[in-house]
Amino acid sequence: MTNRNRERLAGLGFIFIWIVGYLIFTLYPIFYSLYLSLFKVQMDGADLLLTYEGINNYRATFLSDPYFVEILIQYVLETIINVPVTIVFALIIAILINQNIRGKGLWRTIFFLPVIITSGPVIAELMNQGITTLPSIQQYDVIGLILDNVGAVIANPVQALFDQILLVLWFAGIQILILLAGLQKIDRSTYEAAMIDGAGPWIAFWKITLPSILSLITVCIIYTVVSMSVFTTNEVIIYIRNVMMGESTPAITTGYGYSAALSWVYFITMSVIIVLFVVMVNIRKGVKS
Amino acid sequence: MKKMTLKAKQSIDALKRFIEEKRYAKLYNRVQRVLIGMRFTDGLLYKIIIYALLISLAYIYLYPMLYMITNSFMTMSDIISVNVRWVPSSLNWENYRLVWTALNYPRALLDAFILAAAPALSATVSSAIIGYGFARFRLPFKKVLMGLMIMSFIIPPQITMLPMFRMYANYELLGSIRAFVYPAILGQGLNGAIYILIFYSFFRMLPKSLEESAELDGAGRIKVFTSIALPLAMPAVIIVFLFSFVWYYNETYLAGLFLSGSDMLTLPLRLEQYINNFTSLYPEGSRARELMQAVKLAGNVLTLLPLLIIYFFTQRHFVESIDRTGITGE
Repeated sequence: MTNRNRERLAGLGFIFIWIVGYLIFTLYPIFYSLYLSLFKVQMDGADLLLTYEGINNYRATFLSDPYFVEILIQYVLETIINVPVTIVFALIIAILINQNIRGKGLWRTIFFLPVIITSGPVIAELMNQGITTLPSIQQYDVIGLILDNVGAVIANPVQALFDQILLVLWFAGIQILILLAGLQKIDRSTYEAAMIDGAGPWIAFWKITLPSILSLITVCIIYTVVSMSVFTTNEVIIYIRNVMMGESTPAITTGYGYSAALSWVYFITMSVIIVLFVVMVNIRKGVKS
Repeated sequence: MKKMTLKAKQSIDALKRFIEEKRYAKLYNRVQRVLIGMRFTDGLLYKIIIYALLISLAYIYLYPMLYMITNSFMTMSDIISVNVRWVPSSLNWENYRLVWTALNYPRALLDAFILAAAPALSATVSSAIIGYGFARFRLPFKKVLMGLMIMSFIIPPQITMLPMFRMYANYELLGSIRAFVYPAILGQGLNGAIYILIFYSFFRMLPKSLEESAELDGAGRIKVFTSIALPLAMPAVIIVFLFSFVWYYNETYLAGLFLSGSDMLTLPLRLEQYINNFTSLYPEGSRARELMQAVKLAGNVLTLLPLLIIYFFTQRHFVESIDRTGITGE
């Protein structure tokens, strides 16, 4: 056996468990759910009764389900607004704690708190109690002002954003970690050189900071979209689970097959959002170079 | 003569004005230096802005915590009273006592820790091995495999959830901790891809020379991994374990599905169950429900408290995690 082959074999040995796990717990379920989404699935004791439906399940999600399209649109609009807000705040916080400030450890401790408080019921409880909005926003009726000036299509997600502004910021835990690490990697001397050439902090941010961490922002965007989309209080996934458990009764069909179709529609929607964001962020880079 | 004095007076005035202006300029310069600094980032004004922003953002992050903690101590009259907003009239432990006994807290906490620690430990071990494999060896189709791995992170659990549910039902794994441990052992499960990527980038940062010299001395691949690479990767081990522990502890969506009906429940789930049972006993808008607000919050505090304690002891690792593991490398 050649040296090269021996190395490959050893490497495969290390990742062998991953390959097995991927086949069992990822690839097989993916194809199985894709397969089920083409059927009407009925439970018969422990067995499944399959009736071939073709794309009827998918058609039903858009045509005859009274709720799904509505909550999906709501989800898309909210995500499109919330993700940039999360990233911008994460970036602001990362830049702030990267400055020469007193009590760095204390500030970091506070801003990384969301990393550990991500439990669904706790967040749901906070939402119920209305703690996820800031009192001053309601006091000054910011939302009323916005509602008066733009149509309901834009105003509703904006209102949702303000209602949950704390929640949205709380999604920024890991992103702050990632961006902070990126900021610390930028060489200080680059800034000094720019200062000598007469660049202020504002220009330095756009010309040095942002380009250096652009790839990390992409990572953060993907992470934010995914974590928001699979979070326990997300209405779409609650709906999908209810359909799967037969707890809600949409017009045409319930159960595994239909909920599989819903999940795939959801996944595709999510992927499109991710691709859109990533393209948007990287367009700037393309234009520049 | 008169003309002369007038001229002299004029010039003296001019001189005075000049000096005055100079002085103001100096003063202005000094003020500018203090407020804005030589290059803005060391001025007082700048410092004020920074700290103002930090404090207001910190307030946003701490506000729900403070609200939760203060309100959990309130009695019913405190909740209803308009005079009491932040500080409860007395430290009322009754809410905590109620939740503590209803949840059987010590026992529930133990369950929750086992439920989080077992998958977290499995995930740490497996992702260390897999991450090492990806980082150190030339593999066929490596790029494709890593792409598949990242895809598994993006795919929402809703897609794989129902076939898994069937699979677990067939093998009688429902309601058992094994439903979480098995995927974790094989490098899958909750955020599995992230742990592997953390180890991957960490091992890539380590210099190869140590391992190579050990190999020259005749150590096998496994020996090199366990006795050289793994001890060096201790920071990554700690971080992966902490993150996965926290994530498994807080997980409720899949846990609610796979563990429903069993005795083993995560703490957030158990709390949810208790609250649902309790609220169904009393009609909407009744006084008992009002009281329930405080009890719920007390329950939430009890759920978060163990994590908060762990966090305060280990926060150094969280904070330094990304620098040290070099997640940002790729």
